Amino acid sequence: MRIPCPTCGDRDRREFYYVGDAQIINRPSPEASEDTWDDYLHNRDNPAGVTKDLWYHENGCNSWLVVTRNTTTHEVQHAELVTKLKGDGS
Amino acid sequence: MRFSGLKIFREGLTGNKGWTKHWRDPEPKKEYDILIIGGGGHGLSTAYYLAKNHGLRNIAVLEKGYLGGGNVGRNTTIVRANYFLPGNSEFYSHSLKLWENLENDLNYNVMHSQRGLINLFHSDGQRDAFARRGNAMINQGDDAILLDTEGVRDLIPYLDFEQVRFPIYGGLYHPRGGSARHDAVAWGYARGADTRGVDLIQNCEVTGIDISQGRVTGVQTTRGQISAKKVGIVVAGRSGQVAAMAGMRLPIESHVLQAFVTEGLKPCIDHVISFGMGHFYISQSDKGGLVFGGDLDFYASYAQRGNLPMKEHVMEAGMTLMPMIGKARVLRSWGGIMDMTPDGSPIIDKTDIEGLYIDCGWCYGGFKAVPASGYCFAHLLATDNHHEFASGFRLDRFKTGYGLIDEEGTGSQHNLH
Repeated sequence: MRIPCPTCGDRDRREFYYVGDAQIINRPSPEASEDTWDDYLHNRDNPAGVTKDLWYHENGCNSWLVVTRNTTTHEVQHAELVTKLKGDGS
Repeated sequence: MRFSGLKIFREGLTGNKGWTKHWRDPEPKKEYDILIIGGGGHGLSTAYYLAKNHGLRNIAVLEKGYLGGGNVGRNTTIVRANYFLPGNSEFYSHSLKLWENLENDLNYNVMHSQRGLINLFHSDGQRDAFARRGNAMINQGDDAILLDTEGVRDLIPYLDFEQVRFPIYGGLYHPRGGSARHDAVAWGYARGADTRGVDLIQNCEVTGIDISQGRVTGVQTTRGQISAKKVGIVVAGRSGQVAAMAGMRLPIESHVLQAFVTEGLKPCIDHVISFGMGHFYISQSDKGGLVFGGDLDFYASYAQRGNLPMKEHVMEAGMTLMPMIGKARVLRSWGGIMDMTPDGSPIIDKTDIEGLYIDCGWCYGGFKAVPASGYCFAHLLATDNHHEFASGFRLDRFKTGYGLIDEEGTGSQHNLH
């Protein structure tokens, strides 16, 4: 499995650390309800098919990426920098 | 039909023409008291214990493919009770006791072989941790023996003891651990449940769960609607999809775990052995193949096959531990889909929907749990109370943070188990 890092190009999966569902980049506010935090931290859509997940290019450019991937075929469709998605570099 | 030595002898002399089908192939009825979604090991054992322990008969198991065609037929068949934490410890201890009487109970040869399990350690810190685990196992009433290097060498002399980087300091020996024939476990439970009147309905995929006023009323299937008073979801590997039919999101992410088998060899590995400095464990099947595996591929997957990096890691770890296996040729590899929970422990609980129950989240340890999972889930379905040995496997422990069972001590977070 190769991941198309926007800065480094197609790189081996071993260069990346997998974090999990990309929902993790949308952190709720500290005041949000228990249910919201439970959903954020634990509950997952866990789709069989196309999913977006968060990867860290640990042995590369150190960027955080949102990778669009198919969980039934392992096809990697797209990778986007988190900084670009969030727009503010946070 | 009862199996016995005499029966096998007689059939052998008369051309094996007297064997009958092990279970019926019934049409689904319109209504059942209890429906079990999922005809794998856990679903079939749940049906069996509902009938046997609770005297319930009006039960059906709905299986989208064929019985035992999922993870119960894809695992590496290790049976053990070497858990450390309360919650897990008593559950797996109970499961091992059920395993020990399973063949008598089911009148079925599941080839349960208590050949002994050895978890190796390679540092002082690891020795301390295993000594503590062994004490916890003994306190639970199970067996554990802490071996030093020479003790390990007596049992398994073919390891690379002089390994410079990962010297073998010893091992935690669990003599009652071992393996079993995975398919036979599913078949034995299926036959036992069918004999007691449970309808095992194959090629019947659940496509919807009917809920009315917060209460489950039945399911939609590819073979029509079926009503039920209670429904149990036992579909580890696909739990998220089935739960979504009831509007639930689960604390589960599906991951692929690979396994490997070599060509058949003469007996050479008499135990189940796990390496302590890399993810690798191995045993030899009764057919002679070396069955081994390692860790998850570590990304969400439903593909039932893994990628090359983990294959490489497993082979490297195997060669480090026992260089002799380099001579064996790998016959095939495959993957199973694991319900991974944040803390690495399973869920056997009610849901917020009345009459809907769930047994899931078995991570990579579901096979050894098949008897106790069915036993305890049947108890929950029949009595509405958690069985004392499975009372810790609550769905809400992640939300509250109370009662997390983090056996590895790595934290309750999805990508850490």
